[in-house]
Amino acid sequence: MARYVSYRDFDWVLLGFVLIICGLGVMEIHSATMHTKFAGAHVKQVYWVVAGVGAMFVISLVNYQALLDQIHWFYIAGVASLMAVLLFGQKYLGAKRWIHMPGGNHFQPSEWVKLILILAVAKYFADMRERELSWPDFMKAAAIVGVPMLMVLKQPDLGTALTYLPIAAMGVFLGGLQWRQGLTVALIATVGLGAVFFIPRVHVLKSYQKQRLTSFVDPELDPQGSGYQVEQSKIAVGSGGLWGGKGSQTHGAFLPVPQTDFIFAAFSEEHGFVGALGVLLLYFIVLMRLTQNAQTAPDRAGTFVVMGVVAVLSFHILVNVGMVVGFMPVTGIPLPLMSYGGSSVLFMFLALGMVMNVRMRRFVN
Amino acid sequence: MLGRDEKVSEVRLTAAQYIILGIFLILAYGLWKLQVMESGYYASAAEKNRIRNVPVLAPRGKILDREGRTIVDNYPSFSALLLRDSTRDLVGDADLIAQGLHLDPNEVRARIRHFASMPQYQPIFLKEDITPDELQFIEAHRNELPELDTIMAHRRLYPRNGFMAHLIGYVGEVSEDMLNQPQFELYNSGDVVGISGVERQYNNLLMGTNGSRQALVDSHGREVGRLGETEAIPGKQLKLTVDIDLQIAAEQALEGKNGAIVAMDPHTGEILAMVSGPSFDPNDFAVHVSRDQWNKLVTDPDKPLLNKAIQAQLAPGSTFKIIMSVAGWQEGIAQDLHVNCTGGAEFYGRRFGCWVKGGHGPVTLEKAIYQSCDVFFYTLAEKLGIDRIAKYATALGLGQKTGIDLPNEVAGVMPSEEWKIKNFKQKWFAGETISVGIGQGAVAITPVQLLRAISAISMGGRMVVPHVINPVDVPAGYVEAARYTEVKNVPIDPNGWTFVTDAMSRVLLPEGTAPSAHVPGIDIAGKTGSAQIVSLATRARFKNSDDLAQNGWFVGFTPRRNPDIVVCVLFQGGEHGRLAARLATQVIKAYVDKQHRTPQKMVEKPKSKGTVDIGGLWTEPGSDGGKEALHGGRFVLDLPKKPLAVAVAAPGMHQ
Repeated sequence: MARYVSYRDFDWVLLGFVLIICGLGVMEIHSATMHTKFAGAHVKQVYWVVAGVGAMFVISLVNYQALLDQIHWFYIAGVASLMAVLLFGQKYLGAKRWIHMPGGNHFQPSEWVKLILILAVAKYFADMRERELSWPDFMKAAAIVGVPMLMVLKQPDLGTALTYLPIAAMGVFLGGLQWRQGLTVALIATVGLGAVFFIPRVHVLKSYQKQRLTSFVDPELDPQGSGYQVEQSKIAVGSGGLWGGKGSQTHGAFLPVPQTDFIFAAFSEEHGFVGALGVLLLYFIVLMRLTQNAQTAPDRAGTFVVMGVVAVLSFHILVNVGMVVGFMPVTGIPLPLMSYGGSSVLFMFLALGMVMNVRMRRFVN
Repeated sequence: MLGRDEKVSEVRLTAAQYIILGIFLILAYGLWKLQVMESGYYASAAEKNRIRNVPVLAPRGKILDREGRTIVDNYPSFSALLLRDSTRDLVGDADLIAQGLHLDPNEVRARIRHFASMPQYQPIFLKEDITPDELQFIEAHRNELPELDTIMAHRRLYPRNGFMAHLIGYVGEVSEDMLNQPQFELYNSGDVVGISGVERQYNNLLMGTNGSRQALVDSHGREVGRLGETEAIPGKQLKLTVDIDLQIAAEQALEGKNGAIVAMDPHTGEILAMVSGPSFDPNDFAVHVSRDQWNKLVTDPDKPLLNKAIQAQLAPGSTFKIIMSVAGWQEGIAQDLHVNCTGGAEFYGRRFGCWVKGGHGPVTLEKAIYQSCDVFFYTLAEKLGIDRIAKYATALGLGQKTGIDLPNEVAGVMPSEEWKIKNFKQKWFAGETISVGIGQGAVAITPVQLLRAISAISMGGRMVVPHVINPVDVPAGYVEAARYTEVKNVPIDPNGWTFVTDAMSRVLLPEGTAPSAHVPGIDIAGKTGSAQIVSLATRARFKNSDDLAQNGWFVGFTPRRNPDIVVCVLFQGGEHGRLAARLATQVIKAYVDKQHRTPQKMVEKPKSKGTVDIGGLWTEPGSDGGKEALHGGRFVLDLPKKPLAVAVAAPGMHQ
């Protein structure tokens, strides 16, 4: 078997669209932080994107099949790093999410674990030899995702923990989930959520998490808290109108963190419905391009890897844009590729590197 | 079993694509809903987010005396303001704010909660007239406490030491109580309004209209720009009828005493001076009156907050004999009444004493007035009966409000048979009439009522409405001018008028009751009065305690008919009317002296020329050095370029 890979097979179109989105993100970060203490963040974001693209090329060269063969070690290392966070992590704003690294950097393992989970789930389902999913297989898949997810919840970081769910869901769905199983899981999830919210003795969610969720249901209850953020976000988006405006919400600092979690609100305020819809379209093109790559993958594992990336990306967009337009509660999930932040950018490009990796080997087998 | 190379279900991959499409359609709908369907609503919400209205406080109008001299002025001061339209946790910041502004943190929190239901743009006035170090605290914490701001306010500067305090009154923050009353519906919470005196009566005139400044702010409440400003409209200035020179004389006369002095022009009803003692310093409440200070004022038995000129209801004592005289004359009884005073007399089986134990001997109306013979007026009262007394007293305005333009005037009581049945469900006893004859018993009047009644008598029946502002000086619409120019004519026989006023002019002569108050060269007519607050027997039981001392009264005027000024003095605990008379003559003397100083007729300044022509007459010895001869001549004077400054001196005041 010839194992010749060429950059001719690299998905340059996908990279092009991704970089357009990144460019819009950098523009908006510049505009939103211009007169704040974060001024200059857009330059840093450019560095992160450049670093991300570099990392993407590097990871695309390593054969994903080789990675998958060693995935159990990565998985163990990932769980160990999460354990390290829980034991030695830096407490910041009431949560332990980071480990201090030499050189003054912070390392947030939960982002990398996301990547490991995509591969682990892909490996698990690729090795499965059944057309239909059995309950024990389902439970095993749930356990693979569930263990790190519970550890992240313990930090606590509900937002990131939730992003592990679509990886499992996509795997299970493509792996042969049956209708009855789907219904049963949906039922259990509904009952479970109900218990978390309405039985006061169950302390799964922190009070600020509950508050975020309840204020999502009724923003009037808490106009100065997270309900206030959603309200300000809606005002920003709504006042943008069809063609966009001056962005008084963003520049008047009414919009919370306009360069990270609420970057889409800031963008929508300045560029209106037309601009916002354009960005959504760009994301949609990227996602469709990715699914196309999944279809042409050389093996089942490759498809699962790409679709895992699709799942995470779609979930981020759904939750983030949903939050900005007031359909979703505030969870602290950034908008991939646009939001300011090194971890988020690097994760996305590494995930895209995996996709390129798969694509470049589509004719190999 | 699946082969290693078998692909993932194409159907499911397509399904995943449709799910993603569904998600994007939902998100696109969300954007369309906000940005297209409801964009108008959110655009206005964004406007409101950015614009804050900061009030610009209007200064209150000055208060001037009748000659335009400043009595009440304003001075600039800073108030601490808590803005409520920021996203700050105000209750959380309360401790720091309270510490910096020297306030009680619980009170600050309570005020924040109290305002919770008010519109967000309405700020809370935390503290008025802050000190320089509190101002510095606010400036130093602009970033930590952006919700804290200052506003320049014009504060009232009142004359010191309670000068004219009762007449002027004072201002304060509008109370919750007042806001609920319909006449104050235009006031907003936090407004500074007149609480008493002229400040309250003419609040609508004195109070300006606040302006506002539209400021662009960010969500931290920091001002990032300005949109526009509605200027504040200052309050109108108010010219009183009071003459500061006379007011000073009255203040000095009453200094350290309990009581009231009111002076009025009987032709117009213009109040020239009004003092009530003891006084209070309105500057003490202009900022914030402490509870202790307030309680002390309220519980003081001498009632410093009461304007006794219009709010003290007391027996008029012998001053009432003037009203009795007029009533008796009009009924044709007094002029022919001859009484032999033996120091007392028996009426309806009870002995009524005269203040002169040995008696006045044979007494006619004239002597009865200047000697204040009780027995004469007992007899007159018996002959008149209560209803005829009440008829004249009521016609002269006793037992009713005078209508003076000051808040909370009281009516007093002029008893009659009807009054007794209405209020006590009892028949009038004829014996009660006897006490009323000398201004005791149920009669209770205010100094300003007595002033008005005696003023009407001195004017031959022309009764005016007392007032402290000249409606002519006030812009139309603020004052019912007609109310103060209303004149009532009480029919008084000219002979009776002459007779009574002549008799009154002898009160200050050696044969009268107040010779010590005599001022040489000034024709003062008047009447003294000493009113018991308890019977002499009761007072004796309390070992003649000062608290039960009699009230001294005096009402006087100059000249004796159609006078220029009428003065009423109430000297509480003053024992005898002659002491009150001395206070009144001080004021009258000040008035007369001022009239002599002030040129009555001025030459009008020519508009174009810098000179003035004056014609003059003078006498000088004839050329032979003998007889004086009258000469006449014409003078042309150069006018000074600048008007000469008029020296003005008043305690606690600046021009």
